[in-house]
This record gives sequence, C-alpha cells and structure tokens, in this order.
Amino acid sequence: MTKDAMQTALDPHAAVVSEASGGAATLLTTADGQPLARALARSSARARRRAFLLVAPLLLFVVITFVIPIGQMLHRSMYNAGFADNMPQVSAWFQDNPPGTPIDDTAWGALAADLKAAAENRTIGIVGTRINYDVPGTRSLFTSTGRKARDGFEPPYRDALLAADAKWDNPTLWRAMRSASSAYTANFYLAALDRTRDDEGSVTMVPERQQVYVMLFKRTLGLSLLITGMTFLLGFPIAHLLATLPMRKSNLLMILVLLPFWTSLLVRTTAWMVLLQQQGVLNDIFVWLGIVGPDGRLQMIYNRTGTIIAMTHILLPFMILPLYSVMRTINPSYVRAARSLGATSWTAFRRVYFPQTLPGLGAGALLVFILAVGYYITPALVGGSTGQLISNMIAMHMTETLNWSMAAALAALLLGGVLVLYWVYDRLVGIDNLKLG
Amino acid sequence: MKKLLIASTALVGMASMASAQGSGVLNILDWGGAYGASHAVAYNAPFEAETGIRITVADADNPATPIKAMVEAGNVTADVASVEYADALRLCDEGALETIDLSVLKPGPDGATPEDDFLPGALTDCFVATDVWSMVMAYDDSKFPDAKPSTPADFFDTAKFPGKRTLRKGAKFNLEFALMADGVAPADVYDVLATPEGVDQAFAKLDTIKGDVVWWEAGAQPPQLLADGEVTMAYAFNGRIFNAAIGENKPFNIVWTGQVYEMEGWIIPKGAPNKDNALKYIAFTTEAERLARAAELISYGPTRKSSSGLVGNVDGKDIPMSPHLPTTPGNIEQGINSNADFWVDHDSELSERFNAWLAS
Repeated sequence: MTKDAMQTALDPHAAVVSEASGGAATLLTTADGQPLARALARSSARARRRAFLLVAPLLLFVVITFVIPIGQMLHRSMYNAGFADNMPQVSAWFQDNPPGTPIDDTAWGALAADLKAAAENRTIGIVGTRINYDVPGTRSLFTSTGRKARDGFEPPYRDALLAADAKWDNPTLWRAMRSASSAYTANFYLAALDRTRDDEGSVTMVPERQQVYVMLFKRTLGLSLLITGMTFLLGFPIAHLLATLPMRKSNLLMILVLLPFWTSLLVRTTAWMVLLQQQGVLNDIFVWLGIVGPDGRLQMIYNRTGTIIAMTHILLPFMILPLYSVMRTINPSYVRAARSLGATSWTAFRRVYFPQTLPGLGAGALLVFILAVGYYITPALVGGSTGQLISNMIAMHMTETLNWSMAAALAALLLGGVLVLYWVYDRLVGIDNLKLG
Repeated sequence: MKKLLIASTALVGMASMASAQGSGVLNILDWGGAYGASHAVAYNAPFEAETGIRITVADADNPATPIKAMVEAGNVTADVASVEYADALRLCDEGALETIDLSVLKPGPDGATPEDDFLPGALTDCFVATDVWSMVMAYDDSKFPDAKPSTPADFFDTAKFPGKRTLRKGAKFNLEFALMADGVAPADVYDVLATPEGVDQAFAKLDTIKGDVVWWEAGAQPPQLLADGEVTMAYAFNGRIFNAAIGENKPFNIVWTGQVYEMEGWIIPKGAPNKDNALKYIAFTTEAERLARAAELISYGPTRKSSSGLVGNVDGKDIPMSPHLPTTPGNIEQGINSNADFWVDHDSELSERFNAWLAS
C-alpha cells in the first residue's frame, strides 16, 4: 500500500467528505447552514496547520543541523574553486582552447600573470593546495614560484618560469591545472574509489600500493555485518530473558544492560584494553591457568579481533532494547497454543515466537549496522593495523591532510551505501515493519 | 527625545569601550592545558606587570582552525595566537596572517642579532617560534638491564632488544625515523624521502618490525603502553615521556638520536584589532630569559640558542631541565627539523600509501 493511499483510507475526514459529497443527492449542511464538505475541509486544514506549527521547530532544527550541513558536504565533495577563482587568466585560456592544444606563449603569459597576482593577494597557497590534491608535491612549487613572482616575470614567460622551477614543464601538471580550472570535478570521487585519470584523461586504477579506500569500504561493510550478527546472537537470549523473567529480577538484569550504556564510550574502550592487552587481565589468567605459556600470550587487541569485541559490546544495548520492547508484548499463549497442538519447542519457537520478534530484530539490526558503519573512536584506539575502518580515513582527511573535499567524497559514498542498504531493507523486510518500542 | 538621549548615551558608551579596547588590551588564542599554563606564568603575568596591558586568553583545540574561520568571516577577535609551524606556513601562504616586522625582536644577551640567535627556520614572514617539541625514541629501562638501546637502528632490532614497539599511526615521523635507522644521514633524510626509491626504502625498513608494532593514536597512549609492559620501546612525544618519567617516576629513558622536532610559535591574524600590542607581546615573550623560563615549566625547548644556558631546574623540583629538552646542545644535533614544506606537499599521498601498507 502506498503512503498516500494509506493516508486517504485512514483519514476519517477524507472518508466522511467523499461520502458526503458523493453519496447523498441533497447537499449536507452544518447547523449554521454551511456546506458540510467545505466546513470539514476548513477544519481539517486548520488542524494540519496547527500540526505543522507544532513540528516546525523540529523541522527547522533538522534543516539547520542536518540537511544544510549534509548538503554542503555533498557540494564540497565535487566543488573546489581554489584554482578557478584565483587563477582567472590561465583558467580562461583553458576554456578557450580545447584539450590537446600545445601550451603557447599566451598560456605561459597568463600563468605568469596569475602567479604574480596570486602571490600578491597571498592566495597562492590555496591554488597550490588545490593542484596538490591531484599532483602530489606541487604545493611547494606554487608557493616557491610565488615568492619569486612578486617582482614579476619578464617575457619570454616560458623561459622565466622554467628558470624559477623546471617542474613547470610537466604535462601532468598542466593536465591537472586544466582539470582544476573548472570548479566542479569528479576527481575526489575517483580518488575515493582508488581511481585516477591518466595522461590521456581516461580513468585508471591508482598503483596497487596506493589502493586503500575500496578495501576499507569492503572491510567496513563486512565488519559491520559481522558485528550486527554478533549482537543478534548475544542479544537475543538476553532480551528474551529480560522479557520473560519476573519484574524484580528482570529490572536488575536491565540495569546490568543499561549501566555500560550510560558509561562513557572512551571508558568502555579503555576497559577493553586493560582486559585484552598482552599484559592484561585475561592473558594473566590464561598464563596462570597454564592455557598459554608466558611467551605465547594472545594478541587480542590492537587488531581486528579487538575491534569486533569492543564494538560488539558497545553496540549490544542497541540490539537488546528494541528486541526487549517487542518481546514483552508477545502473548505467551501463542507459544502455549502451538505446543498444545503438537509442535515441538523448536518448531514453536521457529514458526510462532521468532516471527513475532522480527520488527524488533529489524530495528535493532538496522540501528547497530548504521552505527557500526560510521564508528570512529573505537577502531582508532583498539583497531591497530587490521581493524581500521573507512571512518578513520575520513577523520584523517578532516584533521591531518585538511583535504576536506576528499573527506566529503568518502563520507558521501558511505552515506550513499547506507541509503542503498536501507532501500534494500525496505524492499525485503519493509520499513513500516520496524518497531523501536 | 528621551529615546534619542538613551541611544546616544549607549553609542557614546560603546565608542569609549571600543577605544579602550584599542589601547590597553591584548587577546590571545592559546592551546590551554599545561602548555597554556606555562605561557600564563612565563609570559602573560610579567607582560601585564610591565606594560599594564590587560591580557585575555581564550583556548582552542588547535588555534589555527578558529584563526582561519575568523579571518574568512572578517571578524577577527584574537590579536596573537600560538600555532604549529606547518599551520603558520599554510595560513601565511593563504594570506590569513599579518607579516611580522622582525626588527621588533630583541637581540640575544650576548648581543647576537635575532637572525643569528634563533634556531634556523624559527623566524618566517608571519611567524616567530617560541618552543620546540619533538618525536623521540624512549625505552623502559627496567626491560634492558644490560645493553641499552641508543640508536634508531636499535629500535628496529628486535633480536638484540626484544619486546614490542609503539609508533604513531601515520606516515609523518615514522618514515624519517625509519630512514635514519636504515643509515641515512639525518641531513639527507628529506632529500632521500623526496625520491620514490627513498619512500620504498623507508617502508621496507618499517616492514622489518611491522609484526611487533602497536600503533598509537592519542599522545597519552605510549607512556601507558610502556607502563603496562605492553611495549618496551616507543617513538612518542617527548613531553609525554618526560611527564611519565619525572612526574610519575617511571623508569623511562629518552634517546635523542633520531628525534624529529617541530616548532610552535606566535602569529598575528590578518586584521587583528590590537596589532601593536601583539607585536609588543611577541617581542617581550621571545626574549632569551622568557623563553628559558617557559622551558622550565614544560619540557619544550626554547628557540633561541642563547636561552639554553639560562634554563634552570624543572619547576618545583631539584632536577635540571636542560637534559630533557630537545633543543639543548648535544640533543638537537642528533635529530632533524621536521620539514613542513615536504609534508604539506606529500601528506595525502604518503598517508594513503601508509594506510594501504598498514592494511596489507
């Protein structure tokens, strides 16, 4: 059923109005003589307006803190005017001359003039940074030439620039400048998929030793699925216990579930370090019991294992709570009825009980998966070399390399991936089948 | 009429406030924490006492970020800020900083000109360095009763010095350190690293201990990993190791050979409201004795050569500070100055390669 159809069917006003206008031959009126249909339409419009005003603050909040920043991020992932705005003459030359045109004196002159202007306006750093994204090692070429450019260049400009630095003759550099002369670019997305453009302009893979993002996207997806599965395996029995135990006992258990939930994320991550590290509590116990030798202490953290353990623990309440709230509403007499009709306990669970928990399971799985995909601090601290996720690369580009366009492209791909999965989930399970409480 | 009177009084009041702001105040944007506290004692209190200029300090996680935002928005409220060398370089190239007239700087106590007295690279168009921190090799003394590690090569020699190591999870510092361990002379490190073969050489050297490395992300991790016995050697911030060794009496020793040091210092954002006071403040705080006093409060080395001899004991203790500073003669020659230009150029490329290497 589509959303619109459902709304029409469930909207009492709509039903009454259609009945009133279509059913009776004489026009129904209200007590004060107005046509009933119009009065109803007016009153429901007023109710809708009031409802909208009630949600308006939230809507405004969501737009300001969510829609606008995400829109800006998406824009930034394909827009960077650092070169186009600050190097107008050479950008114009690129626009007038198609790719493949030999670099003539006009182009060299335009470049020299732009470099001088950019050095004087102190925007040369922005220009260099933009080109450096595509051709590593060129930022200093721009800034150092800029320092020499303040006195101006004498024609012939080609010789003057090459005298300043021989790297100006590099065709790759000119190709990068041409590509950067339009502010909109797909290069950041290409780079985020381990791809680049070769000298002919066609898309190729980057050298193997530079390929990292696709592998990290796959790993993020795989680990998130694994963690979702683990939280299900661990959380399902706990939620069942919580829902079926007498109130007093289940309250106590509930506190045990919620206590870590209320504890700081960093504290919980650090606690796992203390427990799992090679000189940690667990390894000490293993050595004391003689399970492993003092030299064979297990490496359980600063790798993928540590990431999975810590993240499963941290995300577990997000699985238990929706499951619990759904399980509590399941009437035990259904299972009893199945049993009395001859079903084994396994069949009764599989065919009667489990299907009724699906809305909670769906909600929990979606919550855990989406949180896991974007997790950052735990893999950063306990992930070591094999437990890194794509979010760690986004953070690196945000704070270290300051390549925000690249961070935005990676984040946009992650967002797109999550939306696709959400759509698949909606097709397979149905999003209206989701129950958080 | 009454309204007009109120409005005009308010305007006059605002105008007089604005003029007060123009004469006797200075707004500093600093890092906070122990570092900001060292500035408060060594710089701000004596400056206020001597000049009568009232100082207001605001703290930021990294002052370069708000400075960039302020200049872009055209609403600059800070007069002087402490930033890292690479950020100063970047902001200066992007036109976000005032140029600093270096003639305001005082000569050294022996009469040396500032250009001679400051460390190479400490003075640029827009930046005056105040202190030096470094990435150093450190080890747990109790784990090596006989021979002690003393060179970067020892860090990579797990046969001779057993135990795990901890390195910062990133390309910067590690590649330089690996090349020095592989026998490249400190002076040549960045020349070698600028070639593809040099990068391969650095990664090949890192490969030799890849299985024995715990990678750290937060500065607090290396002393913790050393203290827990999780690793026996670390390549970490000198200040963190110093605090654990001197403050908490841990048996950690620093090896200065192979250190990679970086500078921090003052910048003036473009359009600073009290630029003259900012210049006065920079000149005052970068006098040799002031820099030496700040180094007693935190284990970051002074940027003037003449300051080294003036550094006394660790604040509140009976231990001389000099041996623990990256810039002290005898320590500084054994390492290299981090090349900000190189890293701004190659950060993205090498970080990607490092992460691909890490995951393979």
